Amino acid sequence: MNKSIKLVGVGGQGTILAAKVLCSALINGGYDVKMSEIHGMSQRGGSVSSEIRFGDKVFSPVIEKGDADILVSFELMEAARSIGYLKKDGILVLNNHKINSMVTLNGKIKYPEGIIEDLSSKVETTVINGTEEAIKLGNAKAMNIIMLGALVKGMKLEHLDFEQAIKDNVKPKFIELNLEAFKIGLNK
Amino acid sequence: MKKIMTGNEAIARGAYEASVHFASAYPGTPSTEILENIGQYKEIIAEWAPNEKVALETVIGASIAGGRSLAAMKHVGVNVASDPLFTFSYTGVNGGSVLISADEPGMHSSQNEQDNRNYAKFAKLPMLEPSNSQEAKDMIVDAFDLSEEYDSVIFYRTTTRVCHSKSIVEFGERQEIAPKKYEKDFHKYVAVPAIGRQLRHTVEDRMNRLKTYSETSKWNYEVDNKASIGVIASGMSYEFAWEALGETVNYLKLGFTNPLPKNLIKDFCDKHDKVYIIEENDPYIEEFARLESKNIIGKDLFPYTGEMTPDVIKRCILGQVIEGIETNTELFVGRPPTFCSGCPHRGFFYELGKKRKKIIVAGDIGCYSLAVGEPYDMMDWLICMGAAYSTAHGAQRITNLKSDDNRRLVAVMGDSTFFHTGINSLLNTVYNGGNTINIILDNRTTGMTGQQDNPGSGFKLQDDSAAIGDIAAICKALGIKHIRKVNPNDLALVKETINWALELEETSVIITDWPCVLKKKYKDEDLDFYKDMWKTKDIVIEDKCTGCKACLRCGCPSLIFNADTKKTSIDANTCVGCDVCLQICPFDAIVKEGEHE
Repeated sequence: MNKSIKLVGVGGQGTILAAKVLCSALINGGYDVKMSEIHGMSQRGGSVSSEIRFGDKVFSPVIEKGDADILVSFELMEAARSIGYLKKDGILVLNNHKINSMVTLNGKIKYPEGIIEDLSSKVETTVINGTEEAIKLGNAKAMNIIMLGALVKGMKLEHLDFEQAIKDNVKPKFIELNLEAFKIGLNK
Repeated sequence: MKKIMTGNEAIARGAYEASVHFASAYPGTPSTEILENIGQYKEIIAEWAPNEKVALETVIGASIAGGRSLAAMKHVGVNVASDPLFTFSYTGVNGGSVLISADEPGMHSSQNEQDNRNYAKFAKLPMLEPSNSQEAKDMIVDAFDLSEEYDSVIFYRTTTRVCHSKSIVEFGERQEIAPKKYEKDFHKYVAVPAIGRQLRHTVEDRMNRLKTYSETSKWNYEVDNKASIGVIASGMSYEFAWEALGETVNYLKLGFTNPLPKNLIKDFCDKHDKVYIIEENDPYIEEFARLESKNIIGKDLFPYTGEMTPDVIKRCILGQVIEGIETNTELFVGRPPTFCSGCPHRGFFYELGKKRKKIIVAGDIGCYSLAVGEPYDMMDWLICMGAAYSTAHGAQRITNLKSDDNRRLVAVMGDSTFFHTGINSLLNTVYNGGNTINIILDNRTTGMTGQQDNPGSGFKLQDDSAAIGDIAAICKALGIKHIRKVNPNDLALVKETINWALELEETSVIITDWPCVLKKKYKDEDLDFYKDMWKTKDIVIEDKCTGCKACLRCGCPSLIFNADTKKTSIDANTCVGCDVCLQICPFDAIVKEGEHE
């Protein structure tokens, strides 16, 4: 049975690297894997998403509405935007972190309230202070690998070799940091 | 060796394995990464061309001279390259040649959804359509053999999902092939009418031979799942169909799609109770299949627009609508793309916006098309690459006829678009004595597609030895008398320059000269010229901020307005210190960091 994983966030949050590490571990674990990204506007403050599908034989690289087994949102409001992609019995992993958009920055509209309450009442939700934890680790950017750790726990993929996948995809000087970050996520 | 790759990376790998000698492209989503990746192979000469027509023409020359050659472009780029394409179909090749057309069902980053499979039929060219990254690589390798065997450029049609999705690719061995010998062949390459009339028959002969090939091509095959219903599909639609319908139907997978295999399709239809033809956009396969078979369901059921993703197929065939978790639209707001912090377009559009009632703005393709939105509202129309100057000229001609409308036409385009097809549009304006105001937003890169180099950037795809096209000198050489170059971050200067241009009765040009904040590579002389670039961030002195929101009108994402305290602050992580907001603030509340007591 194929599984579908959707990562969403805002340009610059590292969704693509997290997806790369995940794909790497899945392929080494013997799965057929397909991945899809929509990019182009990511450097200009737009929403971004990476979609990973894996199993014995995968055809479509795209995740449709109601199709994702897990939605990992690197940003609060993005979870609400993409929640429709999650299966009714799927899992939401949520980074409790707000990034303003042009319309909330200039004070025209307030950043929406009550997102966690609403989403966690509808679906199994794990809330992680990923950005805060990453800052404690010494680098806010490691949030993406903390989220990856939580994803791996949620999808029960601990048997795959993520240590190797991180080593294969991360610059040498950031390997230790990311291995630490991964462990933090895994223990959430 | 096995690797997970995007379709575009796989195409580049295929070009390497097929021993391609020369490749050229103009960047355009979703095709851009094909040449970026080909450029990584030192065995291939890879170049950015100023536009798609030039890219294809260099490829034609390379092919005639005996090299294996490849051009890549987005679907609308083929429109630009279509003039040489139709005659290249007549002459055929010497070294194998492939034109890659990256189409955009769903229009993720494009202005239209044209189905370029029609070009293959129109120009009478053999066509291949990959469905995944493995096929993307393997078909490129095969395309060069087919091209040489059938003496024709191959039309290789891919789509966004094939280009940008990743799947596993098994590598092949690289073939070492030297360029072929070139011998002058007047009757093949000189397309004067007398020879064109002969070649016209050669083309028909070729297509007849290819009809036979299509029936037995390894890219066209049936998958028998012992079902009574059939599906015919090509490209990504084939993968989507499998995902939606699995083993409940039999498949006729078509990878070689011009000319289509008449007998294969007829036999497949005859064997099944009914056959669904699943294809994105136009009924290209359907119209052909309907000539032979009656039990076909196509666009009478499926939409003409957008992608044929599994949910669309399930909805149309099975009546299934999959429900996910209910979305509450009050819990999120838009995240529209905008000019980056430090973008050199911001200052220019801020000042131009003050003249909104006196001007009509002709837009063009590039990052500056983001000025269409708030707070700029700086675009009346956008048509295609290079059209800003020419559409503005036509519009100014008509506006000038009206006694009750004295608005002036301002046409905006960037440096890469200027080099693409802007120069000829501008030449037309000055030649015909037009009085439009023509802006070149020179940020020294091709911004929207991800900072590719162009003839003004000083760098080439594979090295940094490029000649630099001097935009002001080009404008002068076209015959334009009124040319000014400004730093777009100097608001007083921009304002004064716009006023200067509005007073002129002749063609004028304003060049804004400041680099894209994401530009990756600089020449030493650039760094001398832009010496104070982004050294010190801007900050708000909170006591002086009155909460008037004047600064927010420049639309910078680094400005944060706190609705509770009624004060603006600047995000130190993203501010680069372009000083646009500092110049706008009427209360001197914004200063350079470290320059206040």
